[in-house]
Amino acid sequence: MDQPRLVVVGNGMAGCRTLEELLAIAPDLYRITVFGAEPHGNYNRIQLSPVLAGETTLDAIMLNDLGWYARHGIELHAGRRIVAIDRRRRRVVADDGSEAPYDRLLLATGAQPILLPVPGHDLPGVLAYRTIADTQAMIDAAAPGRRAVVVGGGLLGLEAAHGLRARGMEVSVVHLAPWLMERQLDRDAAALLQRSLESRGLRFEIGRRTAALRAGADGRVAALQFDDGTELAAELVVMAVGIRPDTELARAGGLHCERGIVVDDTMQTYDPRIYAVGECVQHRGATYGLVAPLFEQARVAANHLGEFGSARYRGSTTSTKLKVTGIDVFSAGDFGLDAEAAEATEARDEIVVADRAGGVYKKLVLQDDKLVGAVMVGETADSAWYLQLLREGQSVAGMRDALRRGQPPAADAGHQGRRCAAAIPDGFEVCGCNGVTKGTIVRAIKEQGLFTLDDVRRHTKASASCGSCSGLVEQILASVVGGAYAPQDPATKPLCGCTDYTHEEVRRAIRDNELVSVGAVMRFCEWRSADGCPTCRPALNFYVRCAWPRESRDDPRSRHVNERMHANIQKDGSFSVVPRIAGGVTSPAQLRRIAEVAEKYAVPAVKITGGQRIDLLGVRGEDLPRVWADLGMGSGFAYGKALRTVKTCVGSEWCRFGVQDSTALGVALENALDRMAVPHKVKLAVSGCPRNCAEAGIKDVGIVGVDSGWEIYVGGNGGIKTEVAQFLVKVGSAEEATEHVAAFLQLYREQARYLERTAHWLARVGLASVKPLLDDADQRRALAARLRDALAVEVDPWLQRLPETLAAAPNAGDYAPIVLHPRRPRDPEGAPDERRLDAGLPA
Amino acid sequence: MSEDWTRVCPLDEIPRLGARVVHGEAGAIAVFRTATDEVFALDDRCPHRGGPLSQGMVFDRRVACPLHGTTIRLDTGEAVAPDTGCTRRHRVRIDRGEVWLRAG
Repeated sequence: MDQPRLVVVGNGMAGCRTLEELLAIAPDLYRITVFGAEPHGNYNRIQLSPVLAGETTLDAIMLNDLGWYARHGIELHAGRRIVAIDRRRRRVVADDGSEAPYDRLLLATGAQPILLPVPGHDLPGVLAYRTIADTQAMIDAAAPGRRAVVVGGGLLGLEAAHGLRARGMEVSVVHLAPWLMERQLDRDAAALLQRSLESRGLRFEIGRRTAALRAGADGRVAALQFDDGTELAAELVVMAVGIRPDTELARAGGLHCERGIVVDDTMQTYDPRIYAVGECVQHRGATYGLVAPLFEQARVAANHLGEFGSARYRGSTTSTKLKVTGIDVFSAGDFGLDAEAAEATEARDEIVVADRAGGVYKKLVLQDDKLVGAVMVGETADSAWYLQLLREGQSVAGMRDALRRGQPPAADAGHQGRRCAAAIPDGFEVCGCNGVTKGTIVRAIKEQGLFTLDDVRRHTKASASCGSCSGLVEQILASVVGGAYAPQDPATKPLCGCTDYTHEEVRRAIRDNELVSVGAVMRFCEWRSADGCPTCRPALNFYVRCAWPRESRDDPRSRHVNERMHANIQKDGSFSVVPRIAGGVTSPAQLRRIAEVAEKYAVPAVKITGGQRIDLLGVRGEDLPRVWADLGMGSGFAYGKALRTVKTCVGSEWCRFGVQDSTALGVALENALDRMAVPHKVKLAVSGCPRNCAEAGIKDVGIVGVDSGWEIYVGGNGGIKTEVAQFLVKVGSAEEATEHVAAFLQLYREQARYLERTAHWLARVGLASVKPLLDDADQRRALAARLRDALAVEVDPWLQRLPETLAAAPNAGDYAPIVLHPRRPRDPEGAPDERRLDAGLPA
Repeated sequence: MSEDWTRVCPLDEIPRLGARVVHGEAGAIAVFRTATDEVFALDDRCPHRGGPLSQGMVFDRRVACPLHGTTIRLDTGEAVAPDTGCTRRHRVRIDRGEVWLRAG
């Protein structure tokens, strides 16, 4: 049997995650053997603190039980430590002398806790805090009324202190640095945290050096001695002063190590047969201890072990969002702690908001009009927003007020405006689309071992539909997963599970290599799945059409049913039909025709839509071509990622207040932009005066007439995320307005990721990055011309699918069910009749 | 009657990575064709909320329901984890370029 052998040293979260990723993409490539020093399957180390605090059990935090290894044919040696790598003979040697040969070796040896080398550090009763065994020893030693000292006031130390306190012990925390969590917090934030923790019964010895641990008469530890000779009595001492990458095995095997095992962007060590992931690794000079970077490394290592050879790890921007014993803390970036930063303080600027009595503190550090650091204690609901500003490095000039107040109070619909996960009760419905409560989410995170927002979406459906509760779900995830949670950096997030490339990388490949079909993109970018998936295929189809409108052909099989049928599917499988009524301006003849069609096809419901047009609901799929023929109107694209409507007020032609002809401009825009394909739906509005009856302030593009011309606003949204549009430009004429709008929308087509609304796109890239392109007359004209070009090749999809033209349509069969028993059906409602056969079945 | 094999249509009339709905005595059945020209038949009803699977996007041996995205395996009719549920399978085969169905 020549199946190559993969040996994994380290049975922790990074090693197992790599195996899971590998099994997903190349399940049968290797014969796999795993060695773990601890006598268990893989467990969720992050959850040891809740175990210590008695909030959960060891059983509940197992991620991969022994059955998982058996099911995947993995040979597990739990409790057997690897002591040597023989690279010449390609074997690893275990502590019992046994050997295992490898073709590829994965090192995931993790980290070791640092024990202060003070006298007495090896006494019974002195523990580190890293493993199940450590946790169990602490639980065994804990008893109400006994005294514990935790050395180290970082996150791990504070969690240990909280856990022991929860078990009734008297707990003191000894910390050498001048304030708690000195690497994540500034002095003021730490002081606030310390006060909050003191009110929960913890005691602190800050800025004090431990000199020795003294034994009592029974030989166990009895006290901690400071360097000034004073003592603190303790029956239990926990050392939580930090961890260091475990490089011992790699070093002994002759692999290049610095602080960690040095790897390149493919997670390969200096020996090409050996890869390494996790806390033991040093990549581009950095070591990581948070879950998200480790998982990203795991994905890259699996990609190379699986012989795909395409993924790159580029390092991670880490932030810390955590719950220290029930107190929300967030920190990210650089907030002026080291000497170098202190020198740069001239150029720095700070916004500090503090409510010390209320336990809320926020400091934002700005440099060169950019956010470079943020610290928050007590209230961290806005942290995702700050983190995004920080990562994207976008200009925050002119946003000072907003920065101080926090994220603009846009009401995300569907969860009663709640923004703080911690304060929400278990029964609260977080996801209003899928009816998912906080309790369900928390249970799934704990029981299924979920770590990412995508995991939670897949398992619970929370935030999987409209996505407005994503922020809230992420907060819940952070509070349950705790200290090691770091959200995935959206800038490096792959387009979907079929690839490691981002949206931007795929679009660049399409442009640079003239890829003109979905299949060509998947081949060129080495897609992992033959057919792609429902996430990537529609995105690729749009990107290809956007880049090569003339050269490419639309792929109906890469479109959601609505865009393939050109009608909106309803819950019962019927469709709704919304013809184009530009600007909402109709006529008696048109209304009469619509009424006749509604009667002829027994349309069950007729409704005026929110976009000033008419919706015929409950039309059967096979009736669509005839309905369209009888209507004699163009498609309103009410089903598509397309221009939906241009809402108008009556304007100067009728209204006694109107100063501009908003109806004429609205109708002209709707006709000009008809059939435009966009990353997500686009809605416009034009008002004839600043009373703004067309509600232009919450549209993707809103235009407001003033006496001297038109004001254009962009990026508004009245749906999922109520977002007020931002002012873009003022122009003098309707022609200029049309050019600006076309240029803006073309830029949106070219820059936004598929399914990103204008509001979300602008939040990501910043209006400041968009405006110069639109202000420049040449660039603006070029953008508008590209949009005109793209629109010129689009035909009305309804005209293309009338009964007489249907046979030539690319998806004619979708409108023609096959009838096996053409005799009279028993169920006249749901069953076919002979009319359906003539709907254009290809000959 | 439903014990018999019935001719449905030539394979060419089902689009690759697509489906056709077949109305017969057994109700609405979706007949799918994969990229590699395998055919499968399932009740045209998603176990989640009854969506018409024939209108979903087909990829590999799976279809994603058009209503809420539940993914169903074409060969077993079972939902792909973490989704749950199962829809009824029907036997289907290709003979000399024609698709034949045996419902039930």
